[in-house]
Amino acid sequence: MSIKFKNVDYVYAPGTPFQTQGLSNISFEIKDGSFVAIAGHTGSGKSTLMQHFDGLLLPSKGSITIANQTITVDTPNKVLKEIRKKVGLVFQFPENQLFEETVLKDVMFGPLNFGFSEEKAKEQAMRWIEKVGLPEETMSKSPFELSGGQMRRVAIAGVMAYEPDILCLDEPAAGLDPEGQKQMFDIFKNYQQLGHTVVLISHNMEDISKYADDMLVLEQGQMIKHASPKEVFSDADWVKKHYLDEPAPSKLARSLQKVGFHFSSMPLTVESLVEEISKELRAKGGN
Amino acid sequence: MSKIIIGRYIPGDSIIYKMDPRGKIIATFLFIVIIFLANNWLSYLFLSIFTLLAVWATKLKPKVFWDGVKPLIWLILFTSVLQLFFTTGGKIYWHWGILNISEYGIQNSIFIFIRFVMIILISTVLTLTTTSLEIADGMEWILKPLGYLKVPVAQIALVMSIALRFVPILLDQAVRIMNAQRARGADFNSGGLIKRIHSIIPILIPLFIGSLTIAIDLATAMEARGYREGAKRTRYRVLKWSKYDWINLGYFTLLTLILLLTRTY
Repeated sequence: MSIKFKNVDYVYAPGTPFQTQGLSNISFEIKDGSFVAIAGHTGSGKSTLMQHFDGLLLPSKGSITIANQTITVDTPNKVLKEIRKKVGLVFQFPENQLFEETVLKDVMFGPLNFGFSEEKAKEQAMRWIEKVGLPEETMSKSPFELSGGQMRRVAIAGVMAYEPDILCLDEPAAGLDPEGQKQMFDIFKNYQQLGHTVVLISHNMEDISKYADDMLVLEQGQMIKHASPKEVFSDADWVKKHYLDEPAPSKLARSLQKVGFHFSSMPLTVESLVEEISKELRAKGGN
Repeated sequence: MSKIIIGRYIPGDSIIYKMDPRGKIIATFLFIVIIFLANNWLSYLFLSIFTLLAVWATKLKPKVFWDGVKPLIWLILFTSVLQLFFTTGGKIYWHWGILNISEYGIQNSIFIFIRFVMIILISTVLTLTTTSLEIADGMEWILKPLGYLKVPVAQIALVMSIALRFVPILLDQAVRIMNAQRARGADFNSGGLIKRIHSIIPILIPLFIGSLTIAIDLATAMEARGYREGAKRTRYRVLKWSKYDWINLGYFTLLTLILLLTRTY
């Protein structure tokens, strides 16, 4: 069930005066069960790329193999629906897609569309409403009575309720409070550890370094790097040149390096930074 | 949705772009009136030449204009065919029941065809070369005399500019919501009529809620920046009448004169 892009091009509004190149010649392969981050400057093609994952956009050229299906320019709608069942897509600000009278019904919308029985859909919906951290009584409320953060959780539950093999997230934590962000990411990480693939679009380098094990960097519709976050962030100049940012722990580590600290490898997360510093201090204390 | 060309603006830099929107709007409206002055081959010939010159002066690709005519082509053909079969007079070439093809019928159907195409072309020239904000400003100026009849022209103009400003935003939002529901398995292109109407609900409700939210936020933001109803306000975008607008007006007057002269009574 790996994801494979082969020479994918995407052109917006071809043949009109508004024609623009969205993606050009993108090729990569993502392993099953990995947590992949897609990073890049605004307008670099991240969201365009993500909409290819479940056939909302079809490549103008090239092919995509995903969930044992191949997507090309002329893939029929029926196949796309198969794909959408296996690939869940959480858009930016997904709370804008809520529409049902109750939270429960809204979360059931996806499963019902993908052929779950009423019974099973309800069971799944209730399970995921609880899992995303909503109290039980919200189930019978209208989604429009909830706070923004709660609406976000309902929307995410609505995608996870049909348990897609591949979960794609476009800035899922944007606008949530820090506690809520951490909670959501723990859910996604946990979901990946159960054997699913998670694809994350993010501007937040700390999140990427903390959770992702693979990383794609886009620039102007082209893929300029496919490597682990460790490799990507190891070259500070390259990172800066391509309008990315280093995670805060690495920045701190670099300043410490200047005053004489030595790190065996560049720490990307707070935990590894703490570990490296204490190792260093212990070594120094020993002297 | 990207196929619809009516109401779209394509940036450019020809003489028509430099004209004042007021002049362009008035000329377009009057054009639709004076088109009915033409009633013979010669006047229609001049009409076509003048329109095509205006189209040419935009310096835009002809394909763009064809895209403007295309969605209406069936309406045009339908009307022309009706004219062809139901007009009597002159020499009769073919006759069957109430249907007949006569000399006048052929002539009239061709005239109607030209008339339709010219009206569409001229209004496409206006919309392609004028931004929607310019059109709103121009309309406000044109509606000004209605202020004497206690019509709240300033408010109408504000409503118009806000509405135009939000057309692209709401369109974007509609596409985004549609995509999000499609990702959740919604299907908008299959099933019978009833099923299709039902499938619009997941798009419409979020769209309504979204527009109401935008409206409330915008109203608060406007008040926070000092907007008060009925207070006297100044203008930032000022329309300026230039030499190009005299050209526009002269061109239009010339066409009117020619049509009057070539018209047969």
